Amino acid sequence: MTESTAAATERRDNPVVAVGRKLLEVRELTTLLFLVLVSVLIGSRSPYFWTPENFKALVLGMSTNGIIAVGMTILLVAGGFDLSVGSVLALAGAVCGALIVNGVPIPLAVLGGLLVGPVVGLANGLLVTKVGINPLITTLGMLSIARGATLLIGGGYGVANLPPEFNQIGQAVVGGFQTPVWVMVALAVVGDFLLRRSRWLRQTYYVGGNARSARLSGIPVDRVTIVAFIVTATFAAVAGILTTARFGSASVTAGTGVELLVISAVVIGGASLAGGEGTVLGSILGVFLLQVISNALTLLNVPLYWQPITVGAVLILAVGLDAVSRRMRRLDGR
Amino acid sequence: MAVDPTIAAAPPAEPGPVVLEARGVSKVFPGIRALDDVSFALRAGEVHAVVGENGAGKSTLMQILAGVYRPDSGELRVDGAPVAFANRRDAEAAGISIVFQELSLVPQLSIAENVFAGRQPANRLGLIDRGRMEAETTALIRPFGLAAGPRQAVGTLSLASQQVVEIAKALSVQARVLILDEPTSSLTANETERLMATIRDLRARGLGIVYISHHLREVFAIADRITVLRDGTYRGTWRRNEVTEQQIVSEMVGRSFAAVSGPYRPRQFGSEPILQAEGLDRDREFSDISFTLHRGEILGLAGLVGAGRSELASSLFGLTPPQTGTLEVEGRPVRFAAPVDAVRAGMGYLTEDRKQAGLFLAMSIARNVAAPNLGRFSRGGLVDDRQVGRVSLEYMERLRIRARDVEQKVLGLSGGNQQKVLLAMWLATEPRILIVDEPTRGVDVGAKAEIHELLLHLADQGVGIILISSELPEVLHLSDSIAVMYRGRIVARYRGGEADEDVLLAAAAGLADGGPGAEPGADGGH
Repeated sequence: MTESTAAATERRDNPVVAVGRKLLEVRELTTLLFLVLVSVLIGSRSPYFWTPENFKALVLGMSTNGIIAVGMTILLVAGGFDLSVGSVLALAGAVCGALIVNGVPIPLAVLGGLLVGPVVGLANGLLVTKVGINPLITTLGMLSIARGATLLIGGGYGVANLPPEFNQIGQAVVGGFQTPVWVMVALAVVGDFLLRRSRWLRQTYYVGGNARSARLSGIPVDRVTIVAFIVTATFAAVAGILTTARFGSASVTAGTGVELLVISAVVIGGASLAGGEGTVLGSILGVFLLQVISNALTLLNVPLYWQPITVGAVLILAVGLDAVSRRMRRLDGR
Repeated sequence: MAVDPTIAAAPPAEPGPVVLEARGVSKVFPGIRALDDVSFALRAGEVHAVVGENGAGKSTLMQILAGVYRPDSGELRVDGAPVAFANRRDAEAAGISIVFQELSLVPQLSIAENVFAGRQPANRLGLIDRGRMEAETTALIRPFGLAAGPRQAVGTLSLASQQVVEIAKALSVQARVLILDEPTSSLTANETERLMATIRDLRARGLGIVYISHHLREVFAIADRITVLRDGTYRGTWRRNEVTEQQIVSEMVGRSFAAVSGPYRPRQFGSEPILQAEGLDRDREFSDISFTLHRGEILGLAGLVGAGRSELASSLFGLTPPQTGTLEVEGRPVRFAAPVDAVRAGMGYLTEDRKQAGLFLAMSIARNVAAPNLGRFSRGGLVDDRQVGRVSLEYMERLRIRARDVEQKVLGLSGGNQQKVLLAMWLATEPRILIVDEPTRGVDVGAKAEIHELLLHLADQGVGIILISSELPEVLHLSDSIAVMYRGRIVARYRGGEADEDVLLAAAAGLADGGPGAEPGADGGH
């Protein structure tokens, strides 16, 4: 009985409205606008904000979350999400550190740490698709398991005093920026391109948009979902190795709370928890926005406790604005 | 009203007074006149069946009686006094309860919690009075001989028992009128028998019962009076023992929607089989299904809702693979474990549930068209979106999809245009076998004619088509051969032009297997 909306959509918009509407639909732009606004505001209050040193600190600070956000975007587009990324980050670091301390050659130890990603990701993916446990419970359980495994390996204190050859992986400076920044940039650029253009990752939009229709369209829904979980956990493991190397030690508390920050950033960047929407570019802008805000609070000497409050407010504001604009578009007959 | 339930096959009981009445009721939905000046009267202590084809207005009338919709004109009377129901609660307060076709129970909760959902008896502290609730539930379900206590979870019961719980729930509001909408659509023969006994029991207790069903045999087994609706209009009311099934069938069919569908025009089609099924079986869905589809042939699958046609379609396509039986595509045995395999084998499937399982409503036309065609539209692993746009535009023009451009979201399109987008998706795969399930449901007359033309054109190009439709004129107009399904089995087969609506409807209502008045369909060639 809902056929009669057709007539409303046939009318033409005037070109200015049409362009405005198109721009509004590009969520990255809203995030970018937000980002510029916040930067200008902070810049006017703190001259230090616009210095190269601050910029370098900013991008290094966001690199961990940025790397994970690339994977998380793909997963959210496919209609899932992963709460275990923070624990996987810590576990990968602990495994890698423990292997090194026990005399395993560095390349092999790094590989061992990285392997945590695909293993945990595959487990998450299989539990969600084949067993049918929802992503919230599955990855919440995995969050706890991986953190516990980290404590087992790290013995409560973590693995410290790692060799400098290993630490180079996270500390080397190339072209003015530390390696984690470059890794993030590389993963983001490649990830954004592939999510936009590649045939395989295009399937994630269909799976997240309507899994039943996707299945009937001949898209291997389960396989796509499993791979998205694997990619996410693997990127979390990459972030774990880099963090461990950067600090020269694997802390058992590393990555605590990262999952919520990353998911917030990805949603701020335009992805939807309902699936089918989102871009890597948007997510990186989201991570950057949160980093800028936390940087600003530091520069402006706001007590540390205000940080989580601001992050929460920005998340609700961004998603709220989007919900309102959607409703207006729908009332418009779109 | 002392009627012995065991003499149910005897002539109808003495009619009681009229409890519920609709006078000259009309209802218009956007674009559809669902009910036009329909009158209906229900007496206490009778089972009154309402029959008609899909879209005849049965459900709308019931929803009006139950307070879900308000009539645009006409009036309702309870015990002879005019009433106006604002919602279902008003109707329930007047003693009118409805059991919808889809069960609305919460499987995890107990029988008692389901029966008293939202109206649990409370004690003085405002807490749920479990004891009273369970005692009242027991009293409600005991007459039905249900072998379950009030604390048992509903999900553990058989469908027939769940149906009983649903009825108990409807009765718990002190109902005097019970409306049952297709109560047997998901029941087995035995379960149906038990339900019939329950209904006779209720009639004996003086309730007025409205019984909606497609199954004419059931109707003639249970009803005291039968009212026929056709295309939203009232055709008449008959006492069960004063009318034949054939009379009812011809009243139901009429000749009014021949506008779109002319008679069958004989077509040439290939002799080589493109799809062969042999003894396909799937629990509770269909059994012993065999057929052969040739190149360029349109095979119509007729039958009532719930006869197993859609289940068969999704099984053929690999979504719910058959448990036994074989399938051959162009002479080669195949086993589709998932739709991916079917798509690779050159099969396309337009689901009847286009919004939930066919389209991607929040995405653009182009993205929808690309969905089953990502391989075709990719070079070196990258999607060529320019080609997607070009091909989408081509189909948009060819199928005359009315939209701003291929970037418009499917959500805002009309039903007919959405259906055409679904067609475009699958035509772009250049299928050799196409299964179309209710291709013109919710589609206006113009688009319907276009879709018919298109299906014929595809068949002329050699595509084998399986057409599932509840609109008999559509099946008769397009099909080179017709198979009729009833309760999961193919019960009759005809060649194009061999059958007419009466014959198909009788077969679909289960009258093809030798029941009274079933002659026309039974010898149609097995």
